[in-house]
Amino acid sequence: MAKGRILIDVERCKGCELCREACPPDVIALADTLNSKGYRPVMLLDPQHECTGCALCATVCPDGCITVYRESVPKPQRKRKQPAYPGHVIPVAA
Amino acid sequence: MVTLEPPIEQLPCENLIYSRPESLAEIQTHYCPGCTHGVAHRLVAEVIDELEIQERTILVAPVGCAVFAYNYFDFDSAEAAHGRAPAMATGLKRVNPNSIVFTYQGDGDLASIGIAEAIHAATRGENITVIFVNNAIYGMTGGQMAPTSLIGQVTTSSPTGKDAALTGMPMHIAEMMAPLPGVVYSVRRSLHDARHTIQAKKAIRTAFEAQIQGLGFSIVELLSSCPTNWKMTPLDAAHWVRDEMIPVYPLGDFKVAEPLQNKNRSA
Repeated sequence: MAKGRILIDVERCKGCELCREACPPDVIALADTLNSKGYRPVMLLDPQHECTGCALCATVCPDGCITVYRESVPKPQRKRKQPAYPGHVIPVAA
Repeated sequence: MVTLEPPIEQLPCENLIYSRPESLAEIQTHYCPGCTHGVAHRLVAEVIDELEIQERTILVAPVGCAVFAYNYFDFDSAEAAHGRAPAMATGLKRVNPNSIVFTYQGDGDLASIGIAEAIHAATRGENITVIFVNNAIYGMTGGQMAPTSLIGQVTTSSPTGKDAALTGMPMHIAEMMAPLPGVVYSVRRSLHDARHTIQAKKAIRTAFEAQIQGLGFSIVELLSSCPTNWKMTPLDAAHWVRDEMIPVYPLGDFKVAEPLQNKNRSA
């Protein structure tokens, strides 16, 4: 599975924890420290690298403070079909 | 045994999947933690970025919790008197037909004081878009009863619960707008979880596309949460929307004009 990571703008986060509810692998936690507004921001707590970069946390974030990156996995090269016999034409899907 | 690996600083080759939309200004909103007004703002900004209409979009801000909405978007905006946003949007659209004009209104603004302006703009078929945020309470003024409050809901002006015999039944705006002749798109969506948020974004996009095509009045009603005035945690408020509001305000498409019907519809 593709790995991902999220960046959290801790100064803008208000610690509502809606992203924690939305996160399927549950890798978001509240920080121990406060930000300058006095909120406890969320942080990525992902010791086993379970974040998949699904961006559901960013979808529900009311303050738009989550940026999501996902590892790009190179797609396997598709082999071109070889003609079955010389002169055979491969039909092209319409 | 959990092995602790150092946090990922940067993946070896990574793609940006999601970042804050460009149309949303780099300002912290004044909304309470967990208020889905912020989600609605972000969805509108994402749709405007995707449709590439930032340069010609005009927001008409309401009175209510979203009264400072003009600070949070990076495009032109105007502030209307309480409830008069559709009337102001009518004027803006008529003098500048190439602009994309939308109003962003709450339930106190649209369903209560501004219901006449909304209905007449809809009946005239003004080519504007209305984003209607329904959180069943007056948020800015301290949690009074709204026309959209549920029966039995405790608010500061209905301390024993809303009484249907005294103050009437909840008002269903999306259903009410649908039969009006000028309306081309009237739907209700919810913002309480990720799946419904994605559906809401599709609806907002379709509403703006209706305006770009010049079809007429489009309205998207968004069920929103108000954790502070409902006196709940943000998570409980989201569950309250799911368990209490959606049975009263069913999600769905109440009017979708013919040219819009092949769009990404989901309810």
